[in-house]
Amino acid sequence: MRLAEAWRVASDALRANRMRSLLTMLGVIIGVASVVILVAIGTGTKQQVEQQVEGLGSNLLLVVPGRIEVGNAPVVSPLDLSDADAVSRVVGDPGRVAVTVASGATARAGNRSDFTTVQGVLETTPSVFTRSLSRGRYLTGADVDTSRRVAVLGDSVARALFPDRDPLGQQVTLAGVRFRVIGVFAPLGQSLGVDRDDEVHVPVTAAQRLWGTQRIDGIAVKAPDRERIDELGDRIVAELSRRHPDTEFSAVTQRQILGVLGDILGVLTGVLAAIAGISLLVGGVGVSNIMLVSVRERTREIGLRKAVGARPRDIGVQFLLEAVLLTSVGGLTGMALGVGAALLVDAFSPIPAAITWWSLALAFGVSAAVGIVFGVVPAQRAGRLDPVVALRAE
Amino acid sequence: MTVPAVEAVDVWRTYELDGVSVSALRGVSLTIDQGEYVAVIGPSGSGKSTLMHLLGGLDRPSGGRLVIGGRDVTTLTAPELATLRNETIGFVFQAFHLLARTSAVDNVALPLVYRGVGARQRREQAAAMLGRVGLGHRLHHRPNQLSGGEQQRVAIARALVTEPAVLLADEPTGNLDSATGEAVLELLERLNAESGVALVMVTHDQEVAARAHRRIAVRDGLIRSDSLHDRPPSDGSGVPATLDPAPSAEPRSASGSGPGHPPGGPGGAAGATGRLPRAEERPRPSGRLHRGDAG
Repeated sequence: MRLAEAWRVASDALRANRMRSLLTMLGVIIGVASVVILVAIGTGTKQQVEQQVEGLGSNLLLVVPGRIEVGNAPVVSPLDLSDADAVSRVVGDPGRVAVTVASGATARAGNRSDFTTVQGVLETTPSVFTRSLSRGRYLTGADVDTSRRVAVLGDSVARALFPDRDPLGQQVTLAGVRFRVIGVFAPLGQSLGVDRDDEVHVPVTAAQRLWGTQRIDGIAVKAPDRERIDELGDRIVAELSRRHPDTEFSAVTQRQILGVLGDILGVLTGVLAAIAGISLLVGGVGVSNIMLVSVRERTREIGLRKAVGARPRDIGVQFLLEAVLLTSVGGLTGMALGVGAALLVDAFSPIPAAITWWSLALAFGVSAAVGIVFGVVPAQRAGRLDPVVALRAE
Repeated sequence: MTVPAVEAVDVWRTYELDGVSVSALRGVSLTIDQGEYVAVIGPSGSGKSTLMHLLGGLDRPSGGRLVIGGRDVTTLTAPELATLRNETIGFVFQAFHLLARTSAVDNVALPLVYRGVGARQRREQAAAMLGRVGLGHRLHHRPNQLSGGEQQRVAIARALVTEPAVLLADEPTGNLDSATGEAVLELLERLNAESGVALVMVTHDQEVAARAHRRIAVRDGLIRSDSLHDRPPSDGSGVPATLDPAPSAEPRSASGSGPGHPPGGPGGAAGATGRLPRAEERPRPSGRLHRGDAG
C-alpha cells in the first residue's frame, strides 16, 4: 500500500472519531505547548539577564574576596578604603575604581517606610557601572571626603517614600540617621524577579560610619584596555593578596559572570523543559491507550483488509501513521498555542519570553517521536492479528 | 488440462486449546477447478468454516498439502499469503464486511489499494465492477445508505474486482431475506458463468446448496460426500446426494461440468423438490429490492 493511501486512511479514521481524536490530542497539545512556553520563558530570562550583564560594560572587572563559585560561602571582607587606593595605583586612574559596602536597611520618610539596600559608594560609581539619573545630581568627591549625609534614591524607593511629591531636598532616615535626597536614579527594571531600582546610594564614608565599620565589600574597576583585562585582574589580585596574605581574592570579568549565569539559567531552562516533557510523555501514553482501543474496535476492519490482501506491514503502517498523525497534529496545535501564549506573556507580564527555532523543532520532533514510540505496540498488535480471528470479532 | 484453482491433499487443521489438541479438519482432500460451482455444506462445527478459511488462504494447514493458484501455502510467509489472497481469492461474507463511512466504489476498490493500483484506475475498475453487479447508480452511497442486498452486491463486486480465480462465499445469503438472497445467488451464478471464476459457497441451507453443480458435505472434519450434478436440481431431475455417507475418495474432474447452471431469472430455483422446508416461502413476491438489476 502506498504511503499516501495510508495517510488518507489514517486521517479518515481520526476524522471519524473527532471527539476522541481531539481529546487524545489534547494531552499532546498541552505537553508541547508547555514545552514551548517554558523554554521560551527560560530562554527569555537568560537573554534578559545576559543583556543586563552586558549592559555593565565589557571592560568591567569585579574584585571580591573569596572565590566566585556556586556553593562557596561568602567571605568576610578584609578590604578597606586604603585597598581601593592601592587598586587605583595599580590601575593608574582613580576615576576607574568604584567600591561598595552594602546592607539592608529601612528607609523612612514621614510616615512611609521601605526596606531597601543601602550602598556605600564612591562618586565614581555612575561612570564605572554606567548609571544615569532621572533627576538631581549624584554624589561628589566632596560628599565622600566629608562623609556628607546625602542620598541618591533608586526609582522604586523614591516612588515608595515620595509617591506624591518631589523627593529632591527631602529627608530620609536610613537606619535611624537622617540623609538628604540629592538625586533619583533612572529606572532599570527587574532582573530574575529582583527589583534593580530598590537601592539607595550614600557616600561610602557615611555608610561606614552608619554601620560602625571600616571595611568595604568589594571593588569594581573599569579597565582601560579590554584586551588586557585579565592581566589587569591578575595584577590587582596580586596586590590585594600581598596586602592581605590570609585571604584569597577573585577578579571576575563580565564574560565570566555571563558564563556562570548562563550555566545556571541553562540548567533552569533544561529543568523547565524536562517538567514539560513529562506532560508530553503522559500525552503519549494517552495516544498509546487510544490506539489500542482503536485497534480493538476495528478488529473486523483489520480482518477484512487482511482478507483482501493487506500484508501485516500495511496494517501496521496504517495504525502507526494514525498515531503519528494524532501526535503531530497535536504537536503543531500545541506549538501554535505555545507560541501565542509565550508572546502574550512577553507582552503583558514582567516575565520575558523568547521563542527559539530549536525549541519548536524539538517540541515537534518529540511529539512525532512520541507518536512512533507509543504507536508501535498497537500497530504491531494490529499487524499481527490473525485474519480468521479478526473477521469473527464482534 | 488446466491447473486446478485449489488443490488440497490430506489437509489437517489442529488447534491447541489450553494444551488440548482439537482437530477441526482431519485429512481433507479435494480439488477445485477453474470455473466450478461448488457448495460446501455441513452442520456448524463440522469444519466447513475451517475448510473455507484454508481454501481462501486466511489460514494454513497443520498438515498435508494445500496449493492455491499454483502455490503451496505451507511454504509462504504471512505477507506472501496476503499477496496470494489479493491475487487469487475473492471473499464474500455473510455479514458483508463493508467499511462503514466508505463509499461503495471505495469499498470495491479496497483490494486494489493493496495491489498498488493508482487511485484513478482503482476507481474506474471499481465503478465498472459495480456496474456489472447492477449498482452503477450507487457508486457514492455508503453502506448504511444501501439495502442488505445492495450491500452484499457491493461485497461481491469487491471480491471480483481483482479478477480472482476463486470466489469464496460464506453463507452469502444468510443475512438476507429470501427474495433478496435469491437475487444475490443469481448474481453469483451469473458472474460464475460469465467470468469463469470458481464459485465456492459455504452454506447450511440445503436449498441453496442444491443449486450448485457440485456438493461437498463436511462432517466431523472430514468430507462425507463430494458429488457432481450435471444438471442443476432446479430442472426437477436431481435429488441432492448431500448425505451420501461414502467417503469422498472419488477423484473428479469438474472441468467438464462447465458453467451450465440455470438461467438466472427470478424464481429459477422454484422448481426445487418439495421436501425443502422453506419451499412455500420462496414464491413470495419480490419486494422493494433491486432484483431486476442482476438480470
